[in-house]
Amino acid sequence: MSDDNPSPGENPLEMLRAMLAHTPQAKAIGADITRMEPPRVWGRTPYREDLVGDPETGVIAGGVITTFLDHISGAAVFSSLKEASSVATIDLRIDYMRAATPHKDVLAEAHCYKLGRNVAFVRAIAYDETPDDPVAQASAAFMINSNGRRRMGSNLRKPKP
Amino acid sequence: MSTPQSRVADAIARVPYAKFLGLRAELKGDELTLIMPFAPHLVGNPMLPALHGGVVGALMEVTALTQLSITAKSEKFAKTIDINIEYLRSGKPVDTYARARVVKIGRRIANVQAEAWQNERSQPIATLHGHFMTPETDEAGA
Repeated sequence: MSDDNPSPGENPLEMLRAMLAHTPQAKAIGADITRMEPPRVWGRTPYREDLVGDPETGVIAGGVITTFLDHISGAAVFSSLKEASSVATIDLRIDYMRAATPHKDVLAEAHCYKLGRNVAFVRAIAYDETPDDPVAQASAAFMINSNGRRRMGSNLRKPKP
Repeated sequence: MSTPQSRVADAIARVPYAKFLGLRAELKGDELTLIMPFAPHLVGNPMLPALHGGVVGALMEVTALTQLSITAKSEKFAKTIDINIEYLRSGKPVDTYARARVVKIGRRIANVQAEAWQNERSQPIATLHGHFMTPETDEAGA
């Protein structure tokens, strides 16, 4: 499937999707970015039995929604940046309005409504039919250039004794 | 011996999403610790590499929900109303642990705090503060 490894080209949406394809956890839950109009992005996470949080009802786990909203909010920040940079969540608030409908994909849209030099602010919403009937709403703050002076693999170093 | 507490801790093993994260529960009396062993699919930043914030949040939410059921002596899981997650450090590619403290159980709403850490208990990587619908106790419910 061509979606597995979208080739980064001149298309910004494809670049964003390529970046997300290299995020193991986004790949693991099947999250995809479907549309991008900076500072807004839209995405989808398909319903999957192995992501269910309540086996009695088949409702998808809150953690999947949390991960998806965190991820798409980060993508909205990334889409707004002039130069590619790492972003990291500072805080994330999620209000759960209702359970996601079993067997339906989770859709989401995120809006990076303020992009500062060091910090960006995002609102996002998850739904399964229309944004007017949300499953959850998120507001988050992100640190920009979060890797900073840390080099590749810096988290692999053993702590000093 | 199987107690309502241990049955709730055991129930985690049957939740598909908890299996997806690889969660393990350890119960000491009425205090629960959840363990999320490192796995490559949990990574969110492959450069450092760091755990995805979403899975750290999910770990703390599951810990809060389960600790709440244990404290409320219920075998049901609560519903989440809202959660506030604060990220303090990047999650390293090692095992992560979480514990939760039930601050208050009201008739309808419960207030719970949770913390996640890795090598050092005194250096949490993230904290969570959430509100949940109080789960029905077993006498009143099932």
